[in-house]
Amino acid sequence: MTQFRARLAGNRAVGEYRHLVFVTSADIGMVKPGHFAAVAVGGPDSAMLLRRAFSIHRVSSKANVGTTIELIVSAKGAGTRWLTSQHEGVLVDMVAPLGKPFQLPKERVPCVLVAGGYGAAPMITLAEELRSRGCRVDVVLGASTESKLYGVLDLKRISDSIVITTDDGSLGVRGRVSDVLPEVMQRADSAVVYACGPMGMLQAVSLVAASTGAIAQCAVEESMACGVGVCMTCVLPVIGDDGRTRMVRACTEGPVFRGDRVRWDAIGSVPADAVGAPPAGGH
Amino acid sequence: MTNIQHVQVDLSTALGKLQLPAPVLTASGCAGYGRELDSYFDITSIGAIVTKSIMMEPRSGRATPRMAETPSGMINSIGLQGSGIESFIEHDLAWLRKRGARTIVSIAGNNVLEFGRLARRLRGVEGVAGLEINISCPNVANRGLVFACNPGSAAEVVAEVRKHAQPGLPLLAKLSPDVTDIVEIAHSVIDAGADGLAMINTLLGMVIDPVTLRPQLGGRTGGLSGPAIRPVAVRAVYQVHAALPQVPILGMGGIRSGRDALEFLAAGASAVSVGTAIFNDPSAPLRIQNELRDELASRGFSRLRDVIGIAHQA
Ligand SMILES: Cc1cc2nc3c(=O)[nH]c(=O)nc-3n(C[C@H](O)[C@H](O)[C@H](O)COP(=O)(O)OP(=O)(O)OC[C@H]3O[C@@H](n4cnc5c(N)ncnc54)[C@H](O)[C@@H]3O)c2cc1C
Ligand SMILES: Cc1cc2nc3c(=O)[nH]c(=O)nc-3n(C[C@H](O)[C@H](O)[C@H](O)COP(=O)(O)O)c2cc1C
Ligand code: FES
Repeated sequence: MTQFRARLAGNRAVGEYRHLVFVTSADIGMVKPGHFAAVAVGGPDSAMLLRRAFSIHRVSSKANVGTTIELIVSAKGAGTRWLTSQHEGVLVDMVAPLGKPFQLPKERVPCVLVAGGYGAAPMITLAEELRSRGCRVDVVLGASTESKLYGVLDLKRISDSIVITTDDGSLGVRGRVSDVLPEVMQRADSAVVYACGPMGMLQAVSLVAASTGAIAQCAVEESMACGVGVCMTCVLPVIGDDGRTRMVRACTEGPVFRGDRVRWDAIGSVPADAVGAPPAGGH
Repeated sequence: MTNIQHVQVDLSTALGKLQLPAPVLTASGCAGYGRELDSYFDITSIGAIVTKSIMMEPRSGRATPRMAETPSGMINSIGLQGSGIESFIEHDLAWLRKRGARTIVSIAGNNVLEFGRLARRLRGVEGVAGLEINISCPNVANRGLVFACNPGSAAEVVAEVRKHAQPGLPLLAKLSPDVTDIVEIAHSVIDAGADGLAMINTLLGMVIDPVTLRPQLGGRTGGLSGPAIRPVAVRAVYQVHAALPQVPILGMGGIRSGRDALEFLAAGASAVSVGTAIFNDPSAPLRIQNELRDELASRGFSRLRDVIGIAHQA
């Protein structure tokens, strides 16, 4: 993880998202699919103090240019609205790469990638990486509507098969990714499911994976203040190797977790059997 | 970030018996146990790391969401998540000691006795430069009333810690701004044996979710921090320094730049802690320390000590 300043070198619309390209001369080290960046928003005197987390879409290094970092950003609240409305040349403070990336299989096993909305951002480099290892790659891409799908063409190009779902049926199958996932996994005999998207989707995907015996690697989206592991705001209940549940930080121990380790039903609460859980009545 | 040649300024200071080569510390709960921040700046180059508040037993903390961003600040309800004193000593304190970082251990208890047990457990443990007593937590024995809001309970906690702590170990009592008369509380904890004061802790706040129209945080209320509270903190430091000019103060609340730190020193703080600003900039403590040196130099001060409490001079 390195803290550096990056210059905005490109900002274009992709459906309802903005594709932002940043350039830095800093050496940011090895970036893997699933790593994220924590971006300060609003300029040096900003009244918005907390960092915004984004999956790293792509990184490349060129002599004379420096390192290029690409993000796919959805304008949601004040900070992302600021970021997506900046012009080329603006300097932004970033910390990257952060978190634990997707774990890659050691053998050439069939993999399925499931993404919801901008959750597709880390999936293209992940698909490339898996293909270069000789893995079969199937893709299930979903969103509420066509303009919120990301990466359709890229993922079509590099995958063995792709199924698209939209809630409103504007493109592909009307419905959710979890509706079509069992069939895709059966057809491809998938051993690993990689998923990135809203929590509800990750929970559904983990259930499907559990029923087929596949391993689920889920990149979660927990609300983050610092992104670097010092604030303890980004926690969720996760079962450890010893079988006990702890409130763990998504920014340092995640954002990628094994689907069968996350207590999906308990997100937003502290399960009574978690280590250090409050006695009845609360802390 | 500044390119000014660093002029010679003596940045050394002291919090009572605790000598510090540099004046900027981390605020409890905003720097973990130092390890993560060591990737962004050399944690031995600042005054000290103040740890997240430690309790006797492991504690899960509160449900999420645990924070909301607010104008120039945030509110949080972490709920003192931690793995307990034994794990802290074995893993975190051991690491800090090996790393050579000065460490002030923040302790928190559910009741008066737990504070004493923590102080006793840390007796003779190597690598503890001092204790910060977080009395801004609810007293389970007294309807969950915060110790820091009552001069009697606040003093009771400090006396208990003094009784059990390593003799001579510097003790700082951390004050809450949510009181009618902060000077009264300051008096009572000093009389009970604290060597100095850390101030201020967060202000109690609430954010209502505009969609659900219910409190946004899992813990309903939360602590407000960041630059939004800085004027409250500077006022509190100023009032207490005016009443107790001999008592060393570790000032904090919204410090984001060297100039902010200078305000606290002028108001009467002998050193400062940086908290929420770390979330914005993980290298903030060292950056602020360097900026403070430049601010002092540009005003012709060659010693940090000369500016402490200067706002009180006619
Ligand atoms: C690991 C990870 C990867 C992500 N990848 C992407 C991505 O590739 N593209 C994208 O558009 N978004 C991504 N997000 C979500 C993005 O971080 C939030 O949408 C964004 O922080 C919201 O900021 P805001 O200014 O719009 O909202 P505000 O409500 O103003 O944000 C206030 C605070 O809450 C935090 N926050 C609010 N919502 C979220 C959220 N959903 N997740 C995390 N923090 C939140 C912000 O960080 C900020 O500290 C990712 C989140 C995580 C945790
Ligand atoms: C996320 C968070 C966690 C905190 N945890 C603690 C804590 O464990 N113990 C404590 O004494 N103060 C805690 N504080 C309060 C800070 O140490 C500090 O007193 C306060 O935030 C004001 O300083 P700031 O505006 O620079 O953050 C916490 C503050 C924040 C924002
Ligand atoms: S976002 Fe601060 S600890 Fe994870």
